[in-house]
Amino acid sequence: MINLTIDNQRLRVPEGTTIFEAARKVGIDIPHLCYHEELSIYGACRICVVEVEGMPRLEASCSTPVEEGMRVKTNTSRVRRARKMNIELLLANHPEDCIICNRSQVCELYKLAHDIGVRELKFEKGRKYHYEPDLSSPAIIRDPNKCILCSRCIRVCLEIQAVGVIDFVNRGGKTQVLTAFNKGLNNVECTTCGQCILTCPTGALRGQSAVDEVWEALSHPRKFTVVQPAPAIRGTIGEEFGMKPGSLVSKRLAAALRRLGFDKVFDINFGADLTATEEAHELLERITQKGTLPMFTSCCPAWIKYLEHFYPELIPHLSTCKSPQQMAGAVTKTYYAQKAGLNPRDIFVVSIMPCTAKKFELKRPEMRDSGFQDEDASLTTRELTRMLREVGIDLARIDEEEFDSPLGIYSGAGAIFGVTGGLTEAALRTAYEVATGKRLKNVEFKEVRGFKGIREAEIELNGTKVKVAIAHGLANASLLAEEVKKGNSPYHFIEIMACPGGCVGGGGQPLPTTREVREKRGLSLYREDKRLTLRRAHKNPAVIALYKEYLGKPLSKKAHHLLHTTYTRRSRY
Amino acid sequence: MNPVKFRETKIVLKNIHRPHSRRLKTYLKAGGYQALKKVLKGMNPQGVIKEVERSRLVGRGGAAFPTGLKWEFAREAKDIPKYVVCNADEGEPGTFKDKQILEKDPHLLLEGMAICGYAIGARQGNIYIRGEYFQAYRILKEAVKEAEEKGFLGKNILGEDFSFSISLYRGAGAYVCGEETALLDSLEGKKGQSRVKPPFPAFEGFQNKPTVLNNVETLANIPDIILKGAQWFLKIGSQKTPGTKIYCLSGDIQRPGYYELPTGIKLKRLLIDYGKGVKGELKAILPGGVSSSFLTRKDLSVALDWPSVAKRGSQLGSGAIIILNDTHCMVDIARRCAQFFAYESCGKCSPCREGTKRTRELLTNITLGRGELSDLELLCELQEVMYDTSRCGLGQAALNAVRSAILKFRDEFEEHIRERRCRFGICPLGKESS
Ligand SMILES: Cc1cc2nc3c(=O)[nH]c(=O)nc-3n(C[C@H](O)[C@H](O)[C@H](O)COP(=O)(O)O)c2cc1C
Ligand code: SF4
Ligand code: SF4
Ligand code: SF4
Ligand code: FES
Repeated sequence: MINLTIDNQRLRVPEGTTIFEAARKVGIDIPHLCYHEELSIYGACRICVVEVEGMPRLEASCSTPVEEGMRVKTNTSRVRRARKMNIELLLANHPEDCIICNRSQVCELYKLAHDIGVRELKFEKGRKYHYEPDLSSPAIIRDPNKCILCSRCIRVCLEIQAVGVIDFVNRGGKTQVLTAFNKGLNNVECTTCGQCILTCPTGALRGQSAVDEVWEALSHPRKFTVVQPAPAIRGTIGEEFGMKPGSLVSKRLAAALRRLGFDKVFDINFGADLTATEEAHELLERITQKGTLPMFTSCCPAWIKYLEHFYPELIPHLSTCKSPQQMAGAVTKTYYAQKAGLNPRDIFVVSIMPCTAKKFELKRPEMRDSGFQDEDASLTTRELTRMLREVGIDLARIDEEEFDSPLGIYSGAGAIFGVTGGLTEAALRTAYEVATGKRLKNVEFKEVRGFKGIREAEIELNGTKVKVAIAHGLANASLLAEEVKKGNSPYHFIEIMACPGGCVGGGGQPLPTTREVREKRGLSLYREDKRLTLRRAHKNPAVIALYKEYLGKPLSKKAHHLLHTTYTRRSRY
Repeated sequence: MNPVKFRETKIVLKNIHRPHSRRLKTYLKAGGYQALKKVLKGMNPQGVIKEVERSRLVGRGGAAFPTGLKWEFAREAKDIPKYVVCNADEGEPGTFKDKQILEKDPHLLLEGMAICGYAIGARQGNIYIRGEYFQAYRILKEAVKEAEEKGFLGKNILGEDFSFSISLYRGAGAYVCGEETALLDSLEGKKGQSRVKPPFPAFEGFQNKPTVLNNVETLANIPDIILKGAQWFLKIGSQKTPGTKIYCLSGDIQRPGYYELPTGIKLKRLLIDYGKGVKGELKAILPGGVSSSFLTRKDLSVALDWPSVAKRGSQLGSGAIIILNDTHCMVDIARRCAQFFAYESCGKCSPCREGTKRTRELLTNITLGRGELSDLELLCELQEVMYDTSRCGLGQAALNAVRSAILKFRDEFEEHIRERRCRFGICPLGKESS
């Protein structure tokens, strides 16, 4: 243990603690920009500087370990002046269009400049740069003009996602964050996961927006608009309306969507129940018929794209099941259209997603099995928030309403899809009951829950010990994929969610999305499951009706046609 | 000048006047590799380091850090393997001293490195050579080959239980790669940008292993310190930082060149006795290249060693002494210095990346007649913040010249701003181009 004082407070911290971390323990959150608690230390913004007695210069607190007897001052005038000037320098390069910026209200640079008391632009004669934004990706927009070169996106992409498609190029004042040879995000291995958006402190990264398109569909006289929020949305969007992280707003969400003018408020949770049912059957089939194992889940489009780029040889391991979004879309434009006597051409299906990668997924050429683009548009949690705010719908005050039948009926199994391990638990509930013909006494598989990066469990299904593994964050996923590639993976079933925490930590979620926030959101989905009496996907009456009236049975020819898909080998660049 | 005495004070350039000085044969005749022999046959690593510590040798690359102490850190470090890295990037404008050793007495450096390797327990040395020094690279390559053939490098040197090899690397022309941690990144094949310190290279350097990183001139002092002893070394030059230093004289001086002289020689004596006088009227001196602060005529009596120059508010650095006479406009000179740093900043940390850019802009504006008096205060404040918060030495020192020019030649700056006039007719002012 090391003894030191910070602003005259004595404290003892373990060796290896940084000054920054030590200060947090005594309630001082030293202003910072490039520091991010889940990433490696970069030490380059020089905002977190402090005075350390005996040192000739200020020290970056985020990268300086404590030493015995250290005396640190975090708020001297020298420190405050330095921080302010370093912010002023960053602002000198920054467009002053905060009022129309996508990040307004949640921008860390804005908040910091304001907190630190920057009230004039010191270098206002300076030249601003006019870089071309990267608009190539269907999901992510990079605007280098707003970039402060903190490297947080670079680090999250490399360290958490093991993708590494962006890095610094050029030197000095010409430094920029770019893709290789400035090809654009769409033309490199970017998975469109959007984690870079969540980590960016400024408006330099944002999602492509479908808001205008959706408003247009809503006001179109002939379009029949169907909306389906993903499992994770009801545990996160409340934050945008002043609620605590982890607040559940399922029925208010249904009401709000109806107020926006959607003709039907269905639910991706229904699609999730359908996915769990199909996927459980697929797993059992692969086990009994000696198919390719382990089977990877396929709900997460960023994971799919990652595998297609980095492990194309493992495509046979991917479940052929479409994601809940795409199953729901395909079923809406076929089964539901028929049932409701609608022309699928007139149906406009919108999903509300925690995810930026869904924007990429719905445009995949494979996703047109209804004869049309199965899903028309996908809004992130943040985009839906913008729409609600635009017209003054306050989720915190609206009265609760129910989702519409039939595609709005869901079980608790579908509800937990939004958190890491939830898909596995849902599939296990169904697989167990289908394989054994027995009813599960306790539907809660506690062993697959939690937020550890990689988890594993063993479940006995009719005499076969089924080994499952769960990973979230693509760097964790790549560890499991490497095992499969080497042929020494011990598992039957591997769930992968690209985003840390699963969809509750998706790239389209409200800001800030921190580790703590993600976990609270995740736990809210388990509460949703607990609140429901229907907790098994295959017992969802709407799912049963769908099979009975339309698809036959799981894995039937028709089910394969509508609910399963194929994948594309993609190259490295 | 007394030629005999002059030669006596030479340590690192003692051989360069010999014909074929770069050849191993010449080096051996001049007593080369005797120090390595002495070390291998009769000294233990601690003994070598003690001798270097006692000599009070400090780094000649700029920071003047005690060499023995650096070696001791690396020797004590637990991790292995360990490395010796020689900084031959010589990028500071106005410095051309290492070049002389590299091209004319390469074995002196190799011997110094081998001794260092023995002292800290390293088996591998790397020399990072400035990209433009192609000739030096070629010569070193030849020298390494010769030394290997004759058993001064490689396995079981001189039949002893010590093996040490040396590899050569060429830089790609970035000034910042002379900074020790940027150099290490570049050496590892990464983009040359500074690392977070701590950890210092002595603990986690090349490939994150304990590494001694020394300048060419520093290492070239080692053989004589070992052979003749620290006591001998202590008698040369100033007390606190004894030995010799190669001073590089450039700019408005009658006889520009490199001069190895005892540390602590008076600036005036260097200019007059060796430089043969200033061309024209002396106006300003940068004693440590463009990253140091300006001295003026008032400082001619300063002794040229690190503590004495520091007392005058400047830095001796690597000893690149640039002389300016009274035909230069200090605003223009400041702008040029700023230009250099804006170009060479690696771009990693915000104070340096943005600060150098804005400094160049503000100064260019002043030379274009668009300055304001408040700009001068802003620049001085910026210098303080960049010194205080930049990540590496480049940004910390980038505005030394600018700030000292403003403080010492303020009238020239004010003239540009108030009267839009450059008395030297150098700055474009009113004209609409830069
Ligand atoms: C921007 C910058 C450039 C530098 N360039 C050089 C150089 O070209 N050669 C050199 O020996 N040291 C250079 N240094 C100093 C090195 O960082 C380091 O202190 C030195 O190589 C250590 O060796 P020494 O202790 O033998 O002097 C530079 C430092 C900075 C900050
Ligand atoms: S979207 Fe994901 S994969 Fe693409 S650049 Fe951002 S973090 Fe990397
Ligand atoms: S895009 Fe955002 S996260 Fe990435 S370096 Fe720029 S400011 Fe930082
Ligand atoms: S001070 Fe300059 S050169 Fe050094 S790390 Fe910062 S930007 Fe790079
Ligand atoms: S937060 Fe410490 S340098 Fe950026």
